[in-house]
Amino acid sequence: MKILRLAFKNLLRYKRRTLFTGLLIVVGVVAVIVFVGLSDAFKRAITGQITDSMLSHLQVHRKGYTASIDNLPLDRMLPAKAYGRLAAILDGDPAVEAFSGRIRFGAMLSNYAQTTNVRLIAVDPSKEQAAAPLLASRIKDRTRTDAILAPGEVALPEVLAKGMGLKPGDTVVLVANNKDGSVNGMTFIVAGMVESLMGPGGRDGYLHIDDAMALLRMDEPEISEVAVRVKNFRDVDAVAAKLQETLAPMKNQAGQPMFEVHTWKQLSPFFNVVRMIDLMTLGVQTILIAVVLISVLNVMMMSVYERVREIGTLAAMGTRPGRIMGLFVAEGFSLGLVSALGGSVAGIAVLWILNLSGVEVAFGGGNQVFALAPAVSPGQVASAALIVVGISVLASLQPAAKAARLAPVDALRHV
Amino acid sequence: MTSDYGPLSARAFPMNIVTFDNVSKIYRMGQVEVAALRDVSFAIPKGGFTALIGPSGSGKTTALNLIGCLDSPTRGEVTVAGQAVKGLGRRSGADFRGQHIGFVFQDFNLLPVLTVYENVEYPLLMIRDQPNRQRRLAVERVLEAVGMADQARKYPAQLSGGQKQRVAVARALVGTPELVLADEPTANLDSQTAFMVISLMKQMRDAFGTTFVFSTHDPRIMEQAELTFRMVDGRLADDDSAHSQEAAT
Repeated sequence: MKILRLAFKNLLRYKRRTLFTGLLIVVGVVAVIVFVGLSDAFKRAITGQITDSMLSHLQVHRKGYTASIDNLPLDRMLPAKAYGRLAAILDGDPAVEAFSGRIRFGAMLSNYAQTTNVRLIAVDPSKEQAAAPLLASRIKDRTRTDAILAPGEVALPEVLAKGMGLKPGDTVVLVANNKDGSVNGMTFIVAGMVESLMGPGGRDGYLHIDDAMALLRMDEPEISEVAVRVKNFRDVDAVAAKLQETLAPMKNQAGQPMFEVHTWKQLSPFFNVVRMIDLMTLGVQTILIAVVLISVLNVMMMSVYERVREIGTLAAMGTRPGRIMGLFVAEGFSLGLVSALGGSVAGIAVLWILNLSGVEVAFGGGNQVFALAPAVSPGQVASAALIVVGISVLASLQPAAKAARLAPVDALRHV
Repeated sequence: MTSDYGPLSARAFPMNIVTFDNVSKIYRMGQVEVAALRDVSFAIPKGGFTALIGPSGSGKTTALNLIGCLDSPTRGEVTVAGQAVKGLGRRSGADFRGQHIGFVFQDFNLLPVLTVYENVEYPLLMIRDQPNRQRRLAVERVLEAVGMADQARKYPAQLSGGQKQRVAVARALVGTPELVLADEPTANLDSQTAFMVISLMKQMRDAFGTTFVFSTHDPRIMEQAELTFRMVDGRLADDDSAHSQEAAT
């Protein structure tokens, strides 16, 4: 404590210099905290939207399905028996909150005047709502509020519907080939418009799974993919690994594994954006380290240079070299500590103001607007503060060692 | 025979606190060797008020640095309070100074960020790690003795030169060292203040029983010394240079 007290007094000796250096570090800490807060909020918002309104947390397919997912192959579906076994496993897993079997296929869409291709996902609305709870929020102008859609209805991709001049309540015809190649057509009522989202399935329409079975002339349900929502998002990788292990012994007739399991990270290209954001966070932290290192090193070197005679006096009076070193390290530590605390408080205040004023990020030419809620965890704030304090101590070691090494007789002669 | 700081010199004499035995100090400045002291021998008695006198460059400060264990001799042996200076390392030297020697500097060398009280407290707080109550009593006693008790809360910048040197004397004495070294303690003071500071040092010697050794080239100040060593060009002026004022009078 006595060393820290003396360190604070010495820092206040050059008030302006200490203030400017401290402010520089404070700005660095604020930049890190605000960047981490905003980038985390952005990641949370986009990841939440992708998983909660489309992909869910992880998906199970028949082995080889995802390799040809763009073709929406009907010959790589999970047979009813395999799906039943998978459903039993998922039902028995306490980490799984909900799951939803989907049929994905391509069809021709006609409004009696124009015809185009459309990609569709057939779902059981109640199960899908549990596995992807934000899907309902993506379907605009819905005709019903109790469910995302009912049998006989289709929710069409917004861009496609606009292009064909379709609106909710209109009648359309869907024509599809089943896996044997025979063609079937059925009429549907437009139940809403699905907003686009990045990633696979982001521009697909939705219909009821019973209608898909009828359109594709399935006697029993064959499932393209099973979307699985876990209870705790942080456990996704663990749940996926455990499920993979459980499903591994189940083989097809050729003796190959029957299932493949992918998490949202493997399915969504946004995960690469997440990794890029994490890399940028590391970059910002590196800049903070450089700012602290250079500014504290500079201040401490000047401090030693300006106080050579004083160091000589302390040494002459009998202050041990280690204690002289400790005095200067304590100055660096104090500067770092006060700046880190100030920066943390200021950073949290800036995030609070941003939350009050609201931060929105628009995608797709403004079609999708995400309201961000920037926030940082205590751990993230502590991490930024610890980096500053640690680097401050590190930066003051060399000047402090120089001070401790000064020969008293030479230091006392210094002018 | 050994002490905490290394082997004790066989030449240590109980009545002399400092002995110089054929001491030379040579500095190398580039290719040139400069002898600051040449074969100097003398002894300073315990409890004395001793002056090293002589013109600038005569070796006074070098001799004080050797006595203060701030430097070590090139040849010969310096013994201070029974301790051979040459055997001291950086840390053991610091410990020895902290326990046995107080310093008064020409430019006062008070720490500007500390108050008068804190400056005097520094050796007890940062060097001797004494407990709070013991420190307070010692600081108050010595500030009272030098007449600066009422200025304890002031900072050095708020004091006159004479007051600063009083504080420096108090700082040197607070740990009750056996020896106080003062290098030109009056050089930056007017003659009246200089005389007062020397008188104060003498009073403190009487009050605390501490040996004072100081350097000066001011004839009126050197008259105050009980024992003087005149130095010229790194040597004692002559074999009888140790000059007792009492003997002279």
